[in-house]
Amino acid sequence: MPAEPVSSSLPGATAPAMTEALEVPGSHKPDPILIADGIVRRFGGLTAVDVDHLEIQRGLITGLIGPNGAGKTTFFNLMTGFDSPDEGSWSFDGVDIGKMPSHKVARAGMVRTFQLTKALSRLTVIENMKLGAMGQAGEKLWAAPFRFLWDREEQAIEQRADELLVRFKLDHMREEFAGTLSGGQRKLLEMARALMTDPKLIMLDEPMAGVNPALTQSLLEHVKGLRDEGRTVVFVEHDMDVVRDVSDWVVVMAEGAVIAEGPHAAIGANQQVIDAYLGTSHDKALDFGEDA
Amino acid sequence: MDWGLILAESARQFIGPQAVYFAIAAIGLNIHFGYTGLLNFGHAGFLAVGAYGLAITVDQGGPWPLGVVIGLLAATVFALLLGIPTLRLRADYLAIVTIASSEIIRILVRATSFPGVGDQWREWTGGSQGINGFNRSFYSINPYNDRLLGFAPVQLWSITVGWALVFLSVLIVFLLMRSPWGRALKAVREDEDAVRALGKNAYVIKMQSLVIGGLFGALGGMLFVLNQGSVQPTPQDLGTPKTFFIWVAMILGGTARLWGPVIGSMIFSGLLSFTDLTLRAMVAEGYVPEWLMDGVQVGQMRFILMGLGLMLLMIFRPQGIFGDKRELALDAR
Repeated sequence: MPAEPVSSSLPGATAPAMTEALEVPGSHKPDPILIADGIVRRFGGLTAVDVDHLEIQRGLITGLIGPNGAGKTTFFNLMTGFDSPDEGSWSFDGVDIGKMPSHKVARAGMVRTFQLTKALSRLTVIENMKLGAMGQAGEKLWAAPFRFLWDREEQAIEQRADELLVRFKLDHMREEFAGTLSGGQRKLLEMARALMTDPKLIMLDEPMAGVNPALTQSLLEHVKGLRDEGRTVVFVEHDMDVVRDVSDWVVVMAEGAVIAEGPHAAIGANQQVIDAYLGTSHDKALDFGEDA
Repeated sequence: MDWGLILAESARQFIGPQAVYFAIAAIGLNIHFGYTGLLNFGHAGFLAVGAYGLAITVDQGGPWPLGVVIGLLAATVFALLLGIPTLRLRADYLAIVTIASSEIIRILVRATSFPGVGDQWREWTGGSQGINGFNRSFYSINPYNDRLLGFAPVQLWSITVGWALVFLSVLIVFLLMRSPWGRALKAVREDEDAVRALGKNAYVIKMQSLVIGGLFGALGGMLFVLNQGSVQPTPQDLGTPKTFFIWVAMILGGTARLWGPVIGSMIFSGLLSFTDLTLRAMVAEGYVPEWLMDGVQVGQMRFILMGLGLMLLMIFRPQGIFGDKRELALDAR
């Protein structure tokens, strides 16, 4: 069988072809942005994550799926410095970021969102957005009281925030407290706020969970938009329709380990994946006796 | 009952020295709790290190401006000592550590000796007697000679300096809180992890808040002992009751509001004086029978009434005088 590119929908120049040769767990990608090696995280006797090797291709949308308790969110927490593994090393964009505190990981360009949205309730939507901008001079204590030191920068940030609010259709909520937003709007706000940091890699933890179906489509378009502007996206998702719709590449985790990866079409047919989701004995002939 | 006298004295307490030092201390606590969400239950510790820093320096022959600087430095060191082990942990740990360390400070200055310096320690701190007479140099530059509005010249001087400091403090808080730094502070209050995920060092932000709020606490402590003329390591003066009175004043006014702690402190001080004077007059005039309450019990009774008032406030206006009810309704994360 000839190896043919599966991600033909991509702007070809930026996204290298992902071939079937790569459809082995832990395969080497042409241009990986995130490389994880031997990541082990134990909670007491339970090994929550045990990823031998995983590479995330730059410029693609990678979906991370797996049954409940597969260790997807824990893996997110480990990669972004919100938790530290018992063993293992990982690098982002060529830089070793193991043992790096979470805020430095974000500064390096890997920014995450949370499964339970963290909208800052008693800040307005625009304040939430402006908080996202990196390296603000006005966030230094000594400069804070003197407006002329950060006024110009603040205006530039506000303009960028307003543009993103329009793009995410939140501009009419600009002055409202973020706590008054609906669940879906909070997801949008969190994604927009993460974009204020101008990340190279954005990690979305269940971006569609709890979002009303009418909003799902627009959220999906936003996720695709991230890739189209050259960012790498990794997202955790349970809804298979969503995964099929947006992901260029799918990584399947079960019981802490990566058991399969490939384009979604190949994943659906993968025996190990079926086993992980449905149990190992489902494909045996069902035997209810002769007269069943 | 002479209502005129009672109201006049209460009105004086509304703007008097007590209202002033409560206001500055509450401004500091408001930075901790109102803006950053730090549960500081040991604010009296900041008052104590400021007060003792000033009193010991002047008592040992130093000029009072040097004493102020040393008091502020001591508060900075205290904040760092509190923050380094606790700010990485969950908020409740800070609450436990602050309440304990403010008591440690108070018990330390009461001690008769200290490892390394021996009995010399007591000569510096005055032990349980505290220190007296360190405010003479401060009052020696008092420009007032006559009474005004019923205030004695020395009180007028501390009120003038005090209110100048209140306005200066409010200005500083205003400038800080409108800045991106203030925004990050409030974001930490809402959700630390979200702030970290956006590339900001929440630990540093919390530490800065702890130090700055502590400086205002120390300043409040200095004004308190300057006006009182002595510093004593009693619970009422520099112990846990003081901490919670400052909390009451802050909550009365409304947390995370610029003028909340100032107005709250004025009301707290004025009301305390009003209930005290009214009850005393009622006892003296015989409106309250002897078997129910005597003059000595008035001191406790006024706090019971304040507590009742605070309960009513929490029921009917939980956001305080200045607070925004809309904001309070969003509290659930």
